[in-house]
Amino acid sequence: MSMSGSITHDIIHGPPRPPAEGGWGGGGGGGSDGGRGAFRRASFTGLYVLLAASIMLFAAFTSAMVVRRGLSDDWVSMPKPPILLVNTAVLLASSLALELARRALRSGGRAKFNAWWTGGTALGVLFLGGQALAWNQLNAASVFISTNPSSSFFYVLTVAHAVHLLGGVSALFYVDVQALRLSLGPAKRTAIDISAIFWHFLDGLWLYLMVLFYVWG
Amino acid sequence: MSAPTHSAHHAPQGFIRKYVFSLDHKVIGIQYYFLGLFSVFIGMALSLLMRFHMVNPEAKVSWFASLWHTAAAGGMMTPELYLSLMTMHGTIMVFFVLTTVPQSGFGNYFLPIQIGAEDMAFPVLNMMSFWTTFIALVVMIAAFFVQGGAPLSGWTAYPPLSAAGRITGPGEGMGQTLWITSIAIFCGASLMGAINFIATVVDLRCKGMRLMRMPLTCWTWLVTAILGLLGFAVLLAAGLLLILDRTVGTSFFIPGGLMISDQIITNHKGGSPLLWQHLFWFFGHPEVYIAILPGMGVTSHLLATFARKPVFGYKAMVYAILSIGFLGFLVWGHHMFMSGMNPYSAMAFSVLTMAIGVPSAIKTFNWIGTLWGGKIHFDTAMMFSLGFVSLFVTGGLSGIFLGQPALDLYFHDTYFVVGHFHMIMGVAAIFGMFAGTFYWFPKMFGRMMNETMGKIHFYATFIGVYMIFTPMHFVGMAGNPRRYSDFTNIEYLAGLMPVHKFMTHAAYFTAAVQILFLINLFWSLWKGPKAPMNPWNSTSLEWTIPSPPPFDNFAGVHPVVNHGPYEFSVPGAPTDFIMQTDPPSVTSEG
Repeated sequence: MSMSGSITHDIIHGPPRPPAEGGWGGGGGGGSDGGRGAFRRASFTGLYVLLAASIMLFAAFTSAMVVRRGLSDDWVSMPKPPILLVNTAVLLASSLALELARRALRSGGRAKFNAWWTGGTALGVLFLGGQALAWNQLNAASVFISTNPSSSFFYVLTVAHAVHLLGGVSALFYVDVQALRLSLGPAKRTAIDISAIFWHFLDGLWLYLMVLFYVWG
Repeated sequence: MSAPTHSAHHAPQGFIRKYVFSLDHKVIGIQYYFLGLFSVFIGMALSLLMRFHMVNPEAKVSWFASLWHTAAAGGMMTPELYLSLMTMHGTIMVFFVLTTVPQSGFGNYFLPIQIGAEDMAFPVLNMMSFWTTFIALVVMIAAFFVQGGAPLSGWTAYPPLSAAGRITGPGEGMGQTLWITSIAIFCGASLMGAINFIATVVDLRCKGMRLMRMPLTCWTWLVTAILGLLGFAVLLAAGLLLILDRTVGTSFFIPGGLMISDQIITNHKGGSPLLWQHLFWFFGHPEVYIAILPGMGVTSHLLATFARKPVFGYKAMVYAILSIGFLGFLVWGHHMFMSGMNPYSAMAFSVLTMAIGVPSAIKTFNWIGTLWGGKIHFDTAMMFSLGFVSLFVTGGLSGIFLGQPALDLYFHDTYFVVGHFHMIMGVAAIFGMFAGTFYWFPKMFGRMMNETMGKIHFYATFIGVYMIFTPMHFVGMAGNPRRYSDFTNIEYLAGLMPVHKFMTHAAYFTAAVQILFLINLFWSLWKGPKAPMNPWNSTSLEWTIPSPPPFDNFAGVHPVVNHGPYEFSVPGAPTDFIMQTDPPSVTSEG
């Protein structure tokens, strides 16, 4: 069932009837899976609310960038290290791998899931490594955070994104460890879905940042 | 990972898990309450020092000298010290009192109970949220004790004063860095809290608790959480940029060609101080509603309870809360009429500001409608709710003047503004907290507070705050600028000194009366008469469980709600109130 659908349903009609036994929180998990259903719904709500906060953070940075660029005459567009394009491909590939993993799990392929998920997590770590390389190259070319407003915003946005990514990688890693220990019970599906959706969000966010850098930066 | 409401985990044993690093929303709520209580007395002490200095600018006080060796050398307060007291007073009050107690304190304690949940959706996140707030407070207080002392740039921290570093004054070095660090930490804590509040309301309501059956308190906590979520994310972004300007030499907010303390600033150029103002007030205006909305919720809840009548226009109240929350994000520019903005922008912000008057008036009329013809019980909690309505109207009316750009140009830097925002954001919100304290104390601690002491405290405080803040409007109209530490040498203000003396004495009096509140609070904590389950004959869920509630609130019984939150004096009902959990047959309402 679509989570966002159930939230809108809630807001309009009130929560669905809880199961007769248990099911704290107005149910939604349906029948036997009472408490876990509420946990799953709350987790998704929490995730979407977190994404809203992240979007506001980056929206604030973006508006600051647009204003700062528009108001001043000292904006010198900084050179973008070409490795950013490689990193973009790596990040997209990691999202793809996670999606393939989830598909494999839906059709019961646990071993396939483990392989794809581990691959996706590794690609996520690789992206962070690639970002470190990009910052290094910029440093070597004497493009520092205070060099120019263009580079200031580049560092601010990429580091803020990387901090989000660290959280994301930790979540992927947590799921991966559970999967490899074969302790991936149904309750962990929520963790899988949450971390995958968060990861796709960071993916989309990165594409947005890339457009921002190349068009405005 | 167990169920969200951690029905699987048992009541914790041992002092640390029970009272310090507790996952229980009730303990966390009390922790927030006492953090706020500590902060409000610090903030109040700072305001008394300011009021003392304003009327005795030349006074030499020996203990000033021992507290501040350089800033009050010889016992005489410097203007910079005055400004640092002002900055810390505003910051501590706004962030650690007004944002913390009504939302995180009472909200944490009563939101889950009022919607019939065992706990918040994410108890660990909840605990982290409190301890992050605590760290933020420690970092903020630390600013007093570093070299140069606390920052001078006000709670709004306008650059370049806040951004250019030590050169702009004592306190603008380490003190300002700690200040902005503390605010950034606080933003993180508030975001965690907001996520928890929203997920809890959306997903953990018990059976029958439709959104339109939630007490208005829950509505205000929900909308406040949404405001906090969107607002604090933006403040966090602004704060991080300010930290970078201060520490690594970026120029987000610092323009070129600045001359500060006879030195030309060469390492910054091109930044925009106005950018900070936009980002700050995009947070700052919703922050006003973060402070006041929970007070509105408590007031609505209490007026109905103590007038023994349903809230007049419940749905209108809900829509008013939602539209105040929405409009709150569109009016930040009215704090910046002085910034040289395009008059057409100012007009747009002004019209939107006036538009907030509509839902505010709806709320006020509905409060009066709720009282109309009611059998009013004048308990202390009710007195403070009535006081809230009074202060909200008084403070709101002066806002209509300030919302006009033409008038604001004159009023903006005067005491008129100080009077306005203290009435509506400061004291009204604090009255909401007092009301909440007297109403919920029996539930939180299982004992009743003393009504006689409570009433004396109410009347003295009510008269006291009007004596402090009403004259501020007059001295403001007379042109008395704010933020000045000393106006004795300004000829046209000399005639106003007696008024300032009056306000200072009123402040001493009002502050002294608060000791009575402390005595009442702590005396009742240990010696108050035992509280029954439902001392006020209220209808909401927290009054269906023992005082204080057991660890998991409903002792494993899942409440089922059959009634709206305000079914008082229903014709044909056996009592003049119907609990939300009473069987549906008591009335015709489904």
